[in-house]
Amino acid sequence: MRIRIRHETTYRYAEPPRTAVQHLRLSPRNHDGQHVVDWRIDVDRDCRLVQSEDAFGNTLHRFSVDGPIESISTVVEGEVTTFDMTGVVSGAVERFPPILYMRETPLTTPSAAIGDFARETTSKESGTLAKLHALLGAIHESLTFDAAATHSATTAAECFEHRKGVCQDFSHLFIACARGIGAPARYVSGYFLSSDGDDQVAGHAWAEAYVEDLGWVGFDPTHGVAPQENHVRVAVALDYLGAAPIRGAHSGGAGETLDVKVRVARAAAFSQSQSQSQSQ
Amino acid sequence: MDSRITQFDELAGADGRTRAPYRKLSQWLAETPPELLASRREQAELLFRRIGITFAVYGAQEATERLIPFDILPRILARSEWATLEKGLIQRVAALNAFLADIYGAGEILRAGIVPADLVYRNPAYCPDMAGRRVPYDIYVHIAGVDIVRTDDQGFFVLEDNARTPSGVSYMLENREVMMRLFPELFALHRVAPIENYPDELLATLRSVAPPRANGDPTIVLMTPGQYNSAFYEHSFLADKLGVELVEGRDLFVRDDVVYMRTTEGPRRVDVIYRRIDDDFLDPLCFRPDSALGVAGLMGAYQAGNVTLANAVGAGAADDKAMYTYMPDIIRFYLGEAPLLQNVPTFRCREAEALTYVLDHLDELVVKEVNGSGGYGMLVGPHAAKAQIEEFRAKLKAHPQNFIAQPTLALSTCPIAMANGVAPRHVDLRPFVLQGANGARVVPGGLTRVAMTEKSLVVNSSQGGGTKDTWVIDDAWVGEEPMGQA
Repeated sequence: MRIRIRHETTYRYAEPPRTAVQHLRLSPRNHDGQHVVDWRIDVDRDCRLVQSEDAFGNTLHRFSVDGPIESISTVVEGEVTTFDMTGVVSGAVERFPPILYMRETPLTTPSAAIGDFARETTSKESGTLAKLHALLGAIHESLTFDAAATHSATTAAECFEHRKGVCQDFSHLFIACARGIGAPARYVSGYFLSSDGDDQVAGHAWAEAYVEDLGWVGFDPTHGVAPQENHVRVAVALDYLGAAPIRGAHSGGAGETLDVKVRVARAAAFSQSQSQSQSQ
Repeated sequence: MDSRITQFDELAGADGRTRAPYRKLSQWLAETPPELLASRREQAELLFRRIGITFAVYGAQEATERLIPFDILPRILARSEWATLEKGLIQRVAALNAFLADIYGAGEILRAGIVPADLVYRNPAYCPDMAGRRVPYDIYVHIAGVDIVRTDDQGFFVLEDNARTPSGVSYMLENREVMMRLFPELFALHRVAPIENYPDELLATLRSVAPPRANGDPTIVLMTPGQYNSAFYEHSFLADKLGVELVEGRDLFVRDDVVYMRTTEGPRRVDVIYRRIDDDFLDPLCFRPDSALGVAGLMGAYQAGNVTLANAVGAGAADDKAMYTYMPDIIRFYLGEAPLLQNVPTFRCREAEALTYVLDHLDELVVKEVNGSGGYGMLVGPHAAKAQIEEFRAKLKAHPQNFIAQPTLALSTCPIAMANGVAPRHVDLRPFVLQGANGARVVPGGLTRVAMTEKSLVVNSSQGGGTKDTWVIDDAWVGEEPMGQA
């Protein structure tokens, strides 16, 4: 499937900061399940965009700008061709052995309740893959999607307590459970083409877990499915913090507001829907 | 090692005959009236109060700043003893460094099966962001504080490797200064090796690892978490001795992968940061996002090779207590040499057999948390109450991989001057090893920490331990030969 993506992020400041630094993980890489046809990245400030590779093999862009900064807007846009690999991720850049992805992080530390949940959910299954699928189903069933219930620093334990959250929380919970039953697991940030094709307010996130003899396998607990053709994989890490599309810091200034517009559509339909939205 | 074996006293020896390095001190003590010792103790206290060396104690109810108890009797090592120790320390730190370069590089020791991969990759101090990067001159451990103990006059044991941000060197320097003022007559009796050059050596080490663009004239800063840090006194003391700026994160900023310091004359480029702040707080864009102590973008500048951090980020992966047990193998693997300093035999509680033994012998062993430091979260079996032992038993069963256990060592004792005379107390030693592109060196001495309470084995200042001046003296008494015959 050929998917076109446009993702615009704008930070505005009521009181302009003196300087700002940002790290962007907004550029997908190729693997057997996706091919990046074209991709560009634009920052609307006068700055030098330095590209490098981060610890996990993600493409990282970083820049610093001098103020006064009233706003910073970053746009990425491009096309990716995806193939259905039934969730198996092969041919991706791997910088660490799977065991590294057993590390606990503050966002994914399992509470006692999560540990019990993971054990109970998987006790009747044999084999890692079956256990992971049981977790995928159980998390999808037991959590309610609620964008107002959590924020970007919510931990898996907090989310599990309230049984509410967004894709980030679903993924953190899945990761905590998977590591809890001994399967290395990681966070994936990316894009999701929904069937209705509406504008989205954020990118998507899911998880990958390592299964012996099969390799890394994707699990999307928000939708309760394995990632398919409509998932575009951008960055992986131990948790959200390591894969976050944008991490920034500024000195001075105050009153930051964030505005995100994400459009994901089939390439053929993209320009049409865009022109429609522009004419509205 | 049985905890009931005879205590080794560094002055009296095992057999009660004064050991050679202490002969002059012993004689002097015998001839000195107790009142004089008492008045010198008071003077020492006054001097330290005036200097203002204090130490913040975590978890203490009221007083957050205390004066560290200082004992006026020097701890003495003979030059020959020191020579052995020095070689062993340099060997040890070279191995720690080679290990770090390897686990962040090719990972040969993991492939050889000498250190289990999960112990490295799951270690909280292992920093994934450092993998596949080279650090300037391949030096990770610029400053190490290696904790040494002895149980007899034969050799030295390493108790702990501190490869992150070891503290205590300011006490080493201050103790010497105070001692020289208090006891000029003792210094006249002994040829004590100088340690006052430590700041110069440290500065030379930091200069040697500056990025090449600094052209031999690097701007060096000392970065502190701020005045609420327990070692803030030391940070300001060292910055002053080094003649470099003491900065906090907010004094620095990064533009296009270059670190600058804000000064009254505008931004000034920074080449080397001697950072006394933990990895987690260095850069909110890479580590803890809530850190207000760090500098946004610092890791980018570091990875671009535009600034050197000492010690390197991720150096803690080599010094945790679980890795410690592999140090003899690590030394052999990289250096092809036998370790010169011994390791204390250690049970890895992650191994089932060891755990069973440890649980059966909790009243005899010292149990330590793998990632703990400063004597927090530690069980000293022979001195622990039943309830405390049971508490540790539960912890061990729940998370065995978080603990190691060691036999209770009969740590050597040294005399201390008490109000009512001289009495032996347990000691350890933290020498400071410097490693730069200009080689490795150790100033002769270190910080001797002493458990001020009778029979106590815990010397940490956070647990009420004190300090002593440490002397390395020339072995002039050997056959009473004149010096410098060669």
